[in-house]
Amino acid sequence: MSEGWTREQMAARTAQDIPDGSYVNLGIGIPELVAKFVPQGREFIYHTENGMLGMGPPPADDERDLDLINAGKKYVTALPGAAYFHHADSFSMIRGGHIDVCVLGTMQVAENGDLANWSTGAADAIPAVGGAMDLVQGVKNIYVITQHTTKTGEPKLVEKCSYPLTGPGVVSRIYTNLAVVDVTPAGFQVIELAPGVTFEQVRSRTGASILPPQ
Amino acid sequence: MIDKRCPSVADAVADIPDGAVVMVGGFGASGSPIELIHALIDHGATGLTVINNNTGNGEVGLAALIGNGQVSKMICSFPRSSQSRVFPKLYREGKIELEIVPQGTLAERIRAAGAGIPAFYTPTTVGTILADGKELRQFDDRTYVMEPWLKADFALIKSEIADPLGNLTFNKTARNFSPLMCMAATTTIVQTKQLVPAGDIDPEHVITPGIFVDRIVEVSRPVHEDTLIAAGRSYP
Repeated sequence: MSEGWTREQMAARTAQDIPDGSYVNLGIGIPELVAKFVPQGREFIYHTENGMLGMGPPPADDERDLDLINAGKKYVTALPGAAYFHHADSFSMIRGGHIDVCVLGTMQVAENGDLANWSTGAADAIPAVGGAMDLVQGVKNIYVITQHTTKTGEPKLVEKCSYPLTGPGVVSRIYTNLAVVDVTPAGFQVIELAPGVTFEQVRSRTGASILPPQ
Repeated sequence: MIDKRCPSVADAVADIPDGAVVMVGGFGASGSPIELIHALIDHGATGLTVINNNTGNGEVGLAALIGNGQVSKMICSFPRSSQSRVFPKLYREGKIELEIVPQGTLAERIRAAGAGIPAFYTPTTVGTILADGKELRQFDDRTYVMEPWLKADFALIKSEIADPLGNLTFNKTARNFSPLMCMAATTTIVQTKQLVPAGDIDPEHVITPGIFVDRIVEVSRPVHEDTLIAAGRSYP
């Protein structure tokens, strides 16, 4: 039985859906890989919430600038045409609806588009929200990229999130290793299966009802 | 004559009292005013409330200030990171208070304080536990949560170039929260890598106008938090 797409393939599949000229914010983890797969003929401008538009790929080790980092605090570069700005301007871009696409990782997504990706709510957990709640409320299209299940096989696509929400009803599309899934008024709707993956396989690993590809 | 220059980092922080609310510029290591923070450790004020996006890394800078027992409360968006050990330990032991604020709300609360706006409405946190107990209001059929301004007694800031009037520029993503904090604190203390005569910064290139700055100290070879951590250093 096929396990579907690799992380890179998931990222590449996500990039296919981002229109030319989009302003894009990528979350930490698998979402960062999306930048490696910009389809030919398209240009995306990357926003990092710590204050830059026009973020480029990581530098060579000997070309690092300690004051040029992304929101994940990794060293990055500035492309020609880049701009720096302070945090209030950066989140005006987010909250003000100026960013077109945000790709985030997640712990859970519910069938109504609720996203939970910041805290398990456990008593000993140290809550850390960063910019996730601002992004999900402000960016026009919220895409989630995630393994279909947790490492222990629990569904991440669920009827209702058990973890505290990052935002209610904010997710429009989900890219997993098994399928591309839209959040619709009727619930989860598979729009594409990864090569070799069956709908039954997707359904059995989803914690909510899910509609087959049309 | 206006001259905001201060002879040393020790002089610059000498009047920060116990219990002060202190904003510290920087996002992670980038833009962190290490020399001013270390001067505050030497100075010894305690019971501080510190506002920063994070809680420091390793055992230098902000993490060292926390580790030295001088901070009773942190207001931040992201208190843990791969190299953050001091805060998580004290937090789990119940020795430090935490107010978690989403990053954009944190920035805007600071900006609002500097702009004289006591509160504003934002969609951020609506429908989450971080909106619990807060005032909600509808505008154009969408729900927003009210957030209050966030002021401070002091701000500790790292700049790239400054002049004696307090005009500032920053370096790349080291800018982050610093221009906002300069506006929001009663007393803004800046360490700058380069101190130039008034007029040397093109007025078109000034990022923070001097009206928001009170004290300037030249620290011409600032250490970077990343460099200290890579060298395994701790402070004091």
